[in-house]
Amino acid sequence: MSQDESSTGLPVLQHATVRSAPGPENPTPKPPVPRRNFLLRVGIGLSALAGAAASVPIVGYLLSPLRNAGKRDWVRVGALSEFPIGETRLTTFANPSSEAWDGPTAMVPCYVRRMANDRFQVFAVNCAHLGCPVRWFPESGLFMCPCHGGVYYDDGSRASGPPPRGLFEYQWQIRRDELWVRGGVLPTLATPA
Amino acid sequence: MDRWLSKVGKVGTWLDARLQVGGTIRDTMAHPVPRDTASWFYVFGSATFVLMVIQFVTGILLALVYVPSAADAWQSLQVLNHQIAFSWFLRAVHGWGSNFMVALLLIHMSQVFLFGAFKYPRELTWMIGVGLLLLTLGMAFTGQIMRFDADAYWGLGIGASVSARVPFVGSWLVGLLLGGPIIAGQTLSRFFALHVFVVPGLLIGAALVHVLLVVKVGINEWPMPGRLVTRKTYLARYQRQVHEDGVPFVPDAFQRDLVFSALIILVVLVCAAVFGPFGPSGRPDPRMIDIAPKPDVFFLWMYAALALLPAELETALILIVPVVAIAALLLLPFISGTGEKSWKRRPFAVLVVVLLASGFIALTWLGLQPPWSPSMTAWSGTPLPPRLLKERTPLELQGALVFQNKQCRNCHALGGTGGDRGPPLDNVAVHLTRDQLIRQVLQGSGEMPAYGDHLHPAEVAALVSYLETLHPPHQPAARVSAASSGSSP
Repeated sequence: MSQDESSTGLPVLQHATVRSAPGPENPTPKPPVPRRNFLLRVGIGLSALAGAAASVPIVGYLLSPLRNAGKRDWVRVGALSEFPIGETRLTTFANPSSEAWDGPTAMVPCYVRRMANDRFQVFAVNCAHLGCPVRWFPESGLFMCPCHGGVYYDDGSRASGPPPRGLFEYQWQIRRDELWVRGGVLPTLATPA
Repeated sequence: MDRWLSKVGKVGTWLDARLQVGGTIRDTMAHPVPRDTASWFYVFGSATFVLMVIQFVTGILLALVYVPSAADAWQSLQVLNHQIAFSWFLRAVHGWGSNFMVALLLIHMSQVFLFGAFKYPRELTWMIGVGLLLLTLGMAFTGQIMRFDADAYWGLGIGASVSARVPFVGSWLVGLLLGGPIIAGQTLSRFFALHVFVVPGLLIGAALVHVLLVVKVGINEWPMPGRLVTRKTYLARYQRQVHEDGVPFVPDAFQRDLVFSALIILVVLVCAAVFGPFGPSGRPDPRMIDIAPKPDVFFLWMYAALALLPAELETALILIVPVVAIAALLLLPFISGTGEKSWKRRPFAVLVVVLLASGFIALTWLGLQPPWSPSMTAWSGTPLPPRLLKERTPLELQGALVFQNKQCRNCHALGGTGGDRGPPLDNVAVHLTRDQLIRQVLQGSGEMPAYGDHLHPAEVAALVSYLETLHPPHQPAARVSAASSGSSP
C-alpha cells in the first residue's frame, strides 16, 4: 500500500524505498544492477571534483588576509620641525594600505620621541600586554597603560606591571627634513612593529 | 463569522494536505512528558530560545538602517539612537536581550548539569548545548564589535593581542581575525558577516536540532536520589514513567514555559525602556587615546582574570584554559554518563557550580571597578584633603606637589581617593623608614617604576619628607627598618 486517501481527497504519498523488502511478492532479493551503481560512482566522483574545484577559490579568498599579513610600507609622519628635541609627542600617520571606507580607522597613532637632531624613537601606542593605548606623562617621563597598569620609561623600556616587554618601536627614516616610519601592521607580540 | 472560520479552516486543510506538518505538530503538542517535569525549573531553555528569536527579529530590524562600514557605522548608530522612531528602543531591546539570553543560557546549563540531564541517553543534546553556549558567546562578542565605537576598536586590539600569543601561527590568526594587517574597514565587514550570517545560521540550526532531540529522546525526568541511570534499564523505565504517569506537553508543561517566556520578554522590554540602548561610546578613532577600553559585562571576568594572573602564567593560561574547559564540557557525558542524577547525591557537581558561579561573580565585580587600573587623571584632577596638607613645612608641601605632579596619585590613593593600583599611602610612614622610602622611590619594584632617573635629588628629598608625615597622630613614623628590628635579638 503506497498511497492513502486524506480527508480532503488528496492522495497522500508514502515514501517507500524503491527496492522492496523480501516478502511474498519479492521472494528473493535481486542482485544490484551494476550500471546503476556505475552512474552513482561517476556522480560521487564528479561531485568530489566539483567540490574540490570550488573550494580552491573559497579557501584562497578566505586566506587572502594572510598575504598582506606582514606588509609594511614607508609613510610620512611629519616635518622634523614638529618634533622639538628632548620631547615626546603624540602624532598620527596614515595607514599605508587603506581603503576608502576605513573612515577614522585609516589613521594610526604613535609617539615620536626626539633625543637629538637626528636621533628619534617612534613608539606604537599599543601596550605590549594586551594592546590598550598607553598615555604619555611628560612630568614623570612615563607611559602608563589604563587597562592593567603597565608602565614604561621614556625610552620605551618596560618599567613595571604585566607587559612582557617594552613598547613596540617603528623603524624610522629622515627624508628631506621629514620623519618617515615603516608602518602598516598592528604591533603585537607576534608581529612587533 | 462562521463562514469566515470555515474558509480559514479550508485554507488550513489545503495547506496541510501539501505541507503535512499538522500531524507532527499535533503529536509534538500531545506527546507525554513525565508529570514532575511540568515544573518552574524546566522553563529556562525555552525562554533562552524565545530570546534568540527576539534577537533575530530586532537584529533584522536594525540591519535595515545600520551601515557595516568602518567610516559610517558609528554615524548610523547615532541615527538609530536619535532620529528614527522607536529605533533607540529596538537597539535597547537587542542589547538587553543579548544580556538576558546569555544569563538564561547559563542558568539553563546549570540546571541541566545539576539535574543530571546530560547523562545517558541525552549526551548529544548536552554537546549541542555546549556548542550553543559558544555560538551565543560568539554572538555577544561580535555584537560588541557591531557597536563600532572606541571600546569596539580597542577591544579588537585586545583580541588581536591575545591571538598573537598563540605560538607559531599567532600572526596568521591576527590577520584572519582583523581581515588584514591592521584594524580597519575590512575588520568591521568580516565581523558583520560573522554576526549576521555565519554565527546566526549555525545558532538556529543547532538550536533546532537541540529542541528536536529534547522532543525525540524525551525531556529529562525529575531526578530522584538513589534512582540510578544504567544503559540497560533507563529507556524502558523512562517509557513506563511517561506512559503511566505522564501528562501532555501542551498544556501541562507548556503553560509554565509560556508564562515565564512572556515575563522575561516583558522584563527585557522594561529594561530597554528604562535603561536605554548601550552606547555607542566615542568614535572609533585611534587618535583619541584617552580611553580605558572595557569589554561588555559577560566578558568582564576574562578582563579581570587577565589582570590578576601572574605575568609568567598568562600566555599559557589564556591558551590552555579555554581548550581544557570546552573539552571538559564536551566530554562530561562520557565521563559521567550513568549513575546518580540527583544533585542531592552529587556534592562535587554542586561544589563545581557554586565555585564557578562565585568565581564568575567575583571576577565580574572586580572588572566593574578595576582596582588594577591606574586612575589616569587623579594626579591633576583629584584634590588632596586639607588634613593631609595642614601643619606641614614648606619642604613637605613641596613634596606633596611632587607626589601629585609625578603621577604618584594615579596608582596610590591618599585620603581615600586616587588609583588603587598600588597600596594607599595614608599610613606609609608607619610601615617604611626614611631609607626604605628613598629606596622604593628610586628603585621601584616589579609593580612600581623606578623614579631614580626621573626625579631631581631635591625632589626626592621633598617627596620623602612629605611621605614621612603620613602616619596617624597616635602612631609615630617608623624610625628603624622593620626588617632589621625584627631580626635583632
